[in-house]
Amino acid sequence: MLDRGLDALMIVVGLVVLFPLLYAAGTSLKTPAEVNRYPPTLVPRALDLGNYSAALETAPIARFLLNSVIQSGTVTVGQLVTSALAAFAFTYIEFPGRRALFFLFLSTLMIPAEVTLIPNYMTVRSLGWLNTYPALAAPFLATAFGTFLLRQFFLTIPRELWDAAVIDGCSRRKFLMAILVPLARPAFATLAIYAFLSTWNQYLWPLLVINSQEMRTVQIGLALLQSQEAISWSLVMAGIVMIIAPTVFLFLAGYRHVVRGLTAGAVKG
Amino acid sequence: MSEAARPSVRRSPRSAGGSGLAAALGYLIPSLAVFTVFVFYPLVKNVQLSLYETSPLGGLGLFVGAGNYAQLLGDPAFLGSLRVTFVFALYTVPAGILLGLPLAMLANRKIRGIIVFRTAYSFTIAVSIAAAALIWEWLLDPNVGVLNYLLGLVHGPKIGWLTDPRWALPAVAATTVWKDLGFNVVVLLAALQGVPDELVEAARIDGAGQWGVFRNVVVPAISPGLFFIGVVATIGVLQSFGQVNILTQGGPVGATNVIVYSIYRNAFFNFRFGLAAAQAMLLFVLVLILTGLQFSVFERFVTYQ
Repeated sequence: MLDRGLDALMIVVGLVVLFPLLYAAGTSLKTPAEVNRYPPTLVPRALDLGNYSAALETAPIARFLLNSVIQSGTVTVGQLVTSALAAFAFTYIEFPGRRALFFLFLSTLMIPAEVTLIPNYMTVRSLGWLNTYPALAAPFLATAFGTFLLRQFFLTIPRELWDAAVIDGCSRRKFLMAILVPLARPAFATLAIYAFLSTWNQYLWPLLVINSQEMRTVQIGLALLQSQEAISWSLVMAGIVMIIAPTVFLFLAGYRHVVRGLTAGAVKG
Repeated sequence: MSEAARPSVRRSPRSAGGSGLAAALGYLIPSLAVFTVFVFYPLVKNVQLSLYETSPLGGLGLFVGAGNYAQLLGDPAFLGSLRVTFVFALYTVPAGILLGLPLAMLANRKIRGIIVFRTAYSFTIAVSIAAAALIWEWLLDPNVGVLNYLLGLVHGPKIGWLTDPRWALPAVAATTVWKDLGFNVVVLLAALQGVPDELVEAARIDGAGQWGVFRNVVVPAISPGLFFIGVVATIGVLQSFGQVNILTQGGPVGATNVIVYSIYRNAFFNFRFGLAAAQAMLLFVLVLILTGLQFSVFERFVTYQ
């Protein structure tokens, strides 16, 4: 009895939590006539893609998607490379000041983005990077979080592997590329998904460094759908569905990794 | 593992690329370069900016020392935005935990297909703040929004959620709670999964009821997770910007003018970079205090496990 009740409760709770998204997706598929119907309909009676084509005509959403893919893709690859290299040094090379340097890395996690916002804007401006991809990607090409995540994973790999490789005359670079990287694939996947999701969803930084319409990322581009005299909410919802589709797909496909990335901060290292 | 085999001393003949500091730097330089240009330098630069009056382009003008800080701390608008930020945190953080915990407990049931519910309850992680804010702007719309429609069904008043100074901050907070719910569920679920079944069973056998088990066994066991969420959510809320920029632009009459929005306005609309830099420093201090608290209290939790 209790279990049945809980099962039903779980479904209701799920529908309530997802209601804004389900209702938004449903409305994006309504015909103009149905959108204005009172009382509003929950489920569209006929599926209509008109809002999608209207959204694509109102704003260059395909271009925004391309910009976001370039930004998020570059940042993801960059973070994987820089974090893997740094994590390797912190795990496998003994050098004076290793602890201090590691803490210096970690200290960057405590600095809120707002503190570096204004000087970074000025740096990017003086480099002539406003409205360019480098402005969107460069500040995020390295991350202490990624370094920490990969280091924690590297530490779980048996030390004997490294010792054996050294005895066999394996160079550091070869050990990293041929042995460590394949072994650490799960950790790389976690970092990649986390990096891509968080870059894709950025709002404030792209808003500052991008003014031109064609360089907007999806998050900043959404505003263009709203800028008409009378807002067509079904058109805005169609735009939202298009720009969150990639992250929804990543989230569903990589749920395990998303969870691991988000809880990594809660793990005591 | 023998020490001799490890390339620990000056030079190891077997491992190419040198040893020690020089070799390590080769691997660390990419990260260090990015941190230097985009974290450490701007941090120092921001401190400097905060001590000057600046030109509209951001050039250093007159050195004013603590002048910007003094001006801020005596400015009713800034104190107002501090107050708004605290009230905002008070609305969102406890509500986020109170809603997230029961969801995480449901998601922690051991039934078939539970992954579907876990995914559903944490789904808002996949949604950006811009998308969340736009969807809620529509839900909250006074004329076509669902909220006023539902209120109308029970003959409630028509509320201008985002234009009424009394309702704007709660409305922005509701948007934020919904957006952050997925994250809260994930972290709290991870904490709940760390509670040993035997512990709960033992308490049951000792005659503890549902509430007793929850209160005396589960809550203490997940308290590090609860605390983590509390601090992380507070730090996150202190840095809220997107939802305010989209929903209210700080209004009506400053009712939602949170710190970061106020920094944004001062720097990029009023071109008072020095003043905005000082605001950012004050925010930094707040975040540092919270982070320090997290570490010190966390340690205490960890040791007595």
